[in-house]
Amino acid sequence: MFEFFNRLFGTKPSSATAKERLRLVLLSDHLSLAPDVVEALKNDLIEVISRYCEVDAANCDVTFERQDKAVAMLANIPILGMQRPKPPAPPPAAPPQAPPGLADEPAASPALATTTPSVPEQAPAPTAKVPGKPGGSNGRRRRRKNNGVQGAPRPQPT
Amino acid sequence: MSARRIVFTSGKGGVGKTTTTANVGAALAKSGKRVVLVDADIGLRNLDLVLGVEKRIVFDLVEVVEGRCQLRQALIKDKRLENLSILPAAQTRDKTAISELQMAEVTAQLGEMCDYVLIDCPAGIEHGFRNAIAGATEAIVVTTPEVSAIRDADRVIGKLNERGLPLRLIVNRIRPEMVRSGDMLSVEDVTDILAAELVGIVPDDEEVIDTTNRGEPIALSPDSRLAAIYAKIARRLEGELVPFTSLTTPGLFERLFGKAG
Repeated sequence: MFEFFNRLFGTKPSSATAKERLRLVLLSDHLSLAPDVVEALKNDLIEVISRYCEVDAANCDVTFERQDKAVAMLANIPILGMQRPKPPAPPPAAPPQAPPGLADEPAASPALATTTPSVPEQAPAPTAKVPGKPGGSNGRRRRRKNNGVQGAPRPQPT
Repeated sequence: MSARRIVFTSGKGGVGKTTTTANVGAALAKSGKRVVLVDADIGLRNLDLVLGVEKRIVFDLVEVVEGRCQLRQALIKDKRLENLSILPAAQTRDKTAISELQMAEVTAQLGEMCDYVLIDCPAGIEHGFRNAIAGATEAIVVTTPEVSAIRDADRVIGKLNERGLPLRLIVNRIRPEMVRSGDMLSVEDVTDILAAELVGIVPDDEEVIDTTNRGEPIALSPDSRLAAIYAKIARRLEGELVPFTSLTTPGLFERLFGKAG
């Protein structure tokens, strides 16, 4: 009978409340139990942001805060300036669309480029990329044939 | 061939670790496996009582470790099942009476004489817990659908993962009618939250109290609903794919009530 009235008035079943409470408490348990993970996350955050601006690494702070329905990550990373200390390294996984390194590609021979679609599985591993300027292109790829896997040019000795 | 050495643990006390260890052990022994149950709860021994062998204890785990008796002398053979034995804990000592290394040695030795060594772990995550898991090659985490039991189970799972021990979950004392009305977490909720593989679902059953009073594991009661469930768990441990019956689908409720597990 209680069940009926609870449903009638839209009261949340206690099992749903229990699940939600557990989800939150376990999330914060895990965060507080893994200080090394939080430290690694903080270092990675600093590293990523440093690619775009100069940050005050010594005064960075990453904390987690329980909110009503979620746990929020609060990162306080002081920015010292926008000048980049060095050119940014390309991210490990190249974005699918138009990597800048392809600017010199139109020189590629169309005849050679047509070989690309038949061998999509032979795409080079993402780790094959090198930061900085690519060497010459031998025309084995064309921009519009890239599926993201081959987003950045492979190192080619010139 | 060395035995599988499974520790039954939960973090929280009172969720049914000892009862589960005794009954899974009895079910395995009933199916013909040679089983040794180890009570690792030194100072608070109870496995002997649940199995009804409390009057036959001569030596215990600590005396084995201290070299005061042979391992075989301390093992109590069950009178109902000849391939089931129990190594009782010491009652008058505490958890520091043995070390992780000693416990690992004893369990390894036991592993040479049977198919399954089942270790009943004390509550908590301190010394007694570390001892109990020291000799294990896998773990069964026993929990109930309550917030405190699940939080503790999560903590224990974290500890077991650190050790690299493979683990599976038994959700104990589920009440299908409460799950159905939304007043109790379902088995799916529990496995979702803990992200662990399930090996058993045991419904809450008053009969357990009665059989425990008598010192007879319910897994050995011929017509018991729970005996069938523990038998299924034993088969899953043996690698058999025994399907679980969902306890939460409302339309199937009547059918499920008799077939949980």
